Amino acid sequence: MTMHTPEKGEEPRPGLLVRLWRLFARPTARYSLGLLLLVGGAGGVIFWGGFNWAMEMTNREEFCVTCHEMGDNVYAEYRGTVHDSNPSGVRATCPDCHVPKEWTHKMVRKMQASMELYHHLVGSIKTREDFEANRLRLATNVWTAMKHTDSRECRNCHNFQSMDVSQQNFRARDRHLEAAQRGDTCIDCHKGIAHQLPAGAFEAERKLNEKFVQK
Amino acid sequence: MKTKLKIFAVAASLVLGVATLMPTGGVTGELKSLRGEVGIGETDAIPDIHAVKEGADHGRAYRQQPPLIPHKIEKYEIDLKVNQCMYCHDWPNNTKMGAPKISETHYIDRQGNRLDNVAGTRWFCVQCHVPQTDAKPLVDNGFKPATAVR
Repeated sequence: MTMHTPEKGEEPRPGLLVRLWRLFARPTARYSLGLLLLVGGAGGVIFWGGFNWAMEMTNREEFCVTCHEMGDNVYAEYRGTVHDSNPSGVRATCPDCHVPKEWTHKMVRKMQASMELYHHLVGSIKTREDFEANRLRLATNVWTAMKHTDSRECRNCHNFQSMDVSQQNFRARDRHLEAAQRGDTCIDCHKGIAHQLPAGAFEAERKLNEKFVQK
Repeated sequence: MKTKLKIFAVAASLVLGVATLMPTGGVTGELKSLRGEVGIGETDAIPDIHAVKEGADHGRAYRQQPPLIPHKIEKYEIDLKVNQCMYCHDWPNNTKMGAPKISETHYIDRQGNRLDNVAGTRWFCVQCHVPQTDAKPLVDNGFKPATAVR
């Protein structure tokens, strides 16, 4: 074979994108429509299943604590709190509170998590001191998100309508009734329940509440 | 000389033999397990869990007594970063929460300066203020409250 050289009258070779588009748009004369549908359908199921499987694999406590940022800091603090060990033995693990259940919200959160991957790779939080230095900012991020969503992830399990306040201790009863009437959201009071609070937490909470009242 | 050695050898073997044959019970009898008179295979009875007394004013046994805490405080964070008691008991939050304010003396540091926030010397509340349970005292106690002695 000789090298293909454009002769007179022949068009020059089109670019990669154009060739790809032509391949995509060209009708097939070789495969039956049935086969194409079958292969396409099966491929779709495998792709979709695989996608959701991967999504669920990254939505487990075991996965979360493989990173030292989580395993050494927030997870160590979470152990022994009421969401980890309690009379009924029902646990709420990392994704139960930090990843939304609904699909669209979950996708959004997963995309935001790529930023966390980036910071893991560049090593933004190497030591406990790094973590403590950033704790107030990180905690405020989560509190703000929770306020925006009206504590959506808390309410997957806890909601005012199902609370039997008569079984609550007197302090909890008073506070919950007040809060339900005012339309407060869980995170307004329940900060630092699964992780330690940052220094200056109360001041940050006051500022956050003022910001949300202005809106 | 040879007989002397023989006698010594016999005596030594006798002493050793008697020592090894002696029952060791005398020694173990003096050892006491921390669990008391409980066999090694037996399981101790589970001790009672004393619930924290909630809701009642515990009163004071003498005038200067730090007031006792009438509610549960488990899992409240008191460390270098945060003191969760202050969420309700620091002014002005206490007015919103309907909780008693910490004593005015707790805003004064060692040098007598009046502070906006609780003094570092008063930071660790549970050094003086504690919740109460129904547990029986472990040892007899002849203490009488100041009001009874007067």
